[in-house]
Amino acid sequence: MNEAHGRLVPASYDAVVIGAGLAGLTAALRLAEEGQRVAVLAKGVGATHLAPATIDVLGYDDGPVDSPARTLPEFADANPQHPYRRLSIDLIRASLDWFKACLSDHGYRGGLDQNLLVPTAVGVAKPTALVPETMAAADLRQGGRFIFVGFRGLKDFFPAYLADNLARTPLPGGAAVTTRVVELSPPLGVARDVSATGFARRFERADFRESVLAELGRHLMPGEIVGFPAVLGLEGARKVWQELETRLGHSVFEVATLPPSVPGIRLYETMTGALRRRGARLVVGTTVAGAEGSGNRLEGVVAHTAGRPLTYRANSFVLATGGFASGGLQLDSSGEVREPVFDLPVAGLPGPEEPRFERGYFDEHAISRAGVAVDASSRPIDGEGTPVYENLHAVGATLSGAVPWREASGNGLSLASGYAAASAILEAS
Amino acid sequence: MLVRDSLDHCVKCTICESFCPYSQATPLFPGPKYVGPQAERFRRTGSSPDISVDYCSGCGICTQVCPHGVKIAEINSQARAQLWEERGIPLRNQLIARPSVVGRLGTPVAPLANWTLRNRVLRRLGERLLGIHRDAALPLFAGRTFQRWARKHVSPAAGRTIVYFHACGTNYYEPAVGQMTVEVLEHNGFHVVVPPQDCCGLPLQSNGNFPAARAYVQRLAANLAPYAREGCAIVSNSTSCGLMLKREAREILDVEDEDVAVVSESMYDLSEFLFLLHGRGELRTDFKPLELTVPYHAPCQQQGHGIGKPALDLLALIPGLRAIELDADCCGIAGTYGLKKEKYEISMTVGERLFSQLRESNGDVAACDSETCRWQIEHGSGMHAVHPVELLHRAYGLGAA
Repeated sequence: MNEAHGRLVPASYDAVVIGAGLAGLTAALRLAEEGQRVAVLAKGVGATHLAPATIDVLGYDDGPVDSPARTLPEFADANPQHPYRRLSIDLIRASLDWFKACLSDHGYRGGLDQNLLVPTAVGVAKPTALVPETMAAADLRQGGRFIFVGFRGLKDFFPAYLADNLARTPLPGGAAVTTRVVELSPPLGVARDVSATGFARRFERADFRESVLAELGRHLMPGEIVGFPAVLGLEGARKVWQELETRLGHSVFEVATLPPSVPGIRLYETMTGALRRRGARLVVGTTVAGAEGSGNRLEGVVAHTAGRPLTYRANSFVLATGGFASGGLQLDSSGEVREPVFDLPVAGLPGPEEPRFERGYFDEHAISRAGVAVDASSRPIDGEGTPVYENLHAVGATLSGAVPWREASGNGLSLASGYAAASAILEAS
Repeated sequence: MLVRDSLDHCVKCTICESFCPYSQATPLFPGPKYVGPQAERFRRTGSSPDISVDYCSGCGICTQVCPHGVKIAEINSQARAQLWEERGIPLRNQLIARPSVVGRLGTPVAPLANWTLRNRVLRRLGERLLGIHRDAALPLFAGRTFQRWARKHVSPAAGRTIVYFHACGTNYYEPAVGQMTVEVLEHNGFHVVVPPQDCCGLPLQSNGNFPAARAYVQRLAANLAPYAREGCAIVSNSTSCGLMLKREAREILDVEDEDVAVVSESMYDLSEFLFLLHGRGELRTDFKPLELTVPYHAPCQQQGHGIGKPALDLLALIPGLRAIELDADCCGIAGTYGLKKEKYEISMTVGERLFSQLRESNGDVAACDSETCRWQIEHGSGMHAVHPVELLHRAYGLGAA
């Protein structure tokens, strides 16, 4: 009757990025900034909404890292399979500079030379390279008198727990920190949303800020640095934070909360907004589950849609699907590790006789270094070091050799590897 | 029951909670995670669904953003059907869930019916007696159906045949959109077939009447399936009804029917189809310039297709036209949700982000692929809203329909 409609294909892109976490968004935005036509395909929203929006490049080696720039060379030598081995200091520095410029509204502070030290929600002093301006006053290296603000009803944030743990934490150089706590009970209104995002929306409202300011003002002592849970607004965070500092006359900072991460949501919104403005296409809710190519060149990826598989063609591709936690790597019950989109070779696996897991949860598990190994151009390689596809790049938590949660290197790796892959693509084209 | 099994993939990461536009707007909906995978564990051991599940609009944003593949909105939809099966479906929900019945009754008496719909006193009475909010955006009857036009219309013979599923909104309220769709397809060298068709059952599904919804969708699929079996593509300008045929009948209603299966594979959203055509170099691009600023809203159901926003790519082909991609998620209407007395305020609160983006866009006209969303947009923002095909039609210079 008429020709099969099954051959319909969508228009080609310059680059297709699979995954919408920090690594994928970084690669996509850098390419879009350089005029490439980019599509981002994601199964769902990535770890931006779960992780604090700090950029941890290298927080821990044997102990806390003071200067990533100084420590990275020996760290890379001691961990030859680590992704940082391929990412030069200059490149990491460039990625941080790019990130700061791209998120200029967030006023990121810090750099590669000196880690800041900021309190987590459980009162650990965490070393990190970059923090948004709303977190900068938390820097514990100089010590200080801190007051942590809690809110009646706010889920999963316990300032007394934070303050007690922090007061007992030895700080480098013997910096002296005192902590105390105040819990506020501003009216929550009819909406009973007690999540961090619910409070962040309330902070966008002037009447809510007024009641917080009125109640808090009575409690503060001169010179105290005021720590809030990271719920100080969404789009309007900068204004909210500035207003609190000005009106209170105290330094104010945010402490990252348990998920949902409000600073992470701001990061996601800023980066996806920039992508849209640059004409990139963001498709969230589609799973990429196959490839089309000839020889060692990838022609397209096949994504699930509601109706039928859809092929997205492009000149280059970036795999940014994350690690085990997000399904970018899969471990089956027989112990096999797979990369499910392209079935790429998985490196960093323990030998057949070696144990994959240790007994303790926080022990160093051999399997945690599993992932995709890449060459100098960020391209996945096989056991012989040959690129599987000449135009496929892998970034972020999919990469082998790192243990981000022990090293406090997750966002740093995502940013630097996403930036590096985009650079490789731009150089090649 | 793949949909309900997907709850085991939920790791309670709260990403769905931070996106849900409805739990932000009302304390009556505690959020997709609580009402979805968490409550489902109890429902599976015999507990009855509670009324909170009825405050889920079914927009499906939770499912789209979930990084673990949990079918949250679908789980909620099935729980809603269980709720109303146990409690009995209210008359109001039976009525507004049958657009083709309402359309057949209203069309012959359109002037009277439209006068009723615009009469403030009668709307207040309707709110009291039926529970349809007095201010809700109800469309006006066109008084002539699209089917009537299509029966008289002779589609020129062409090398390629395409089947047009116009759905109820086009048939009873916006027949001009149907004519424009046909003319745009014919302009691109298609012979357009319009088979007899009734409602797809989507409003019945979202109002929890699964048995009736299944009967409707299977009847519709039986009408369309012969064409699909011959290799014809089926297109629809109604993005939510198209999604019903593509996926929801199978996933949410659990319809295992060969007709539905074959229609599902041949079903295309109109913008999706035209853009795919363009990808093959077969879309005519003899567009005249349109000096217009067009803010574009992709409806939630359009996003449920998982195909991105092809309408934006199509609009970009029109010289002079400046399309603006809005990022507000939901207009709040969700088919029949925002019509209901107890949900109207929630619906307008949800839509406010979109309405203010539209007002700030300085747009000449808004574009949106779903009819109920367009009516809500016009109601909430005051900006005229059209299906993207209307702009293509105008740019092709095909004249007034």
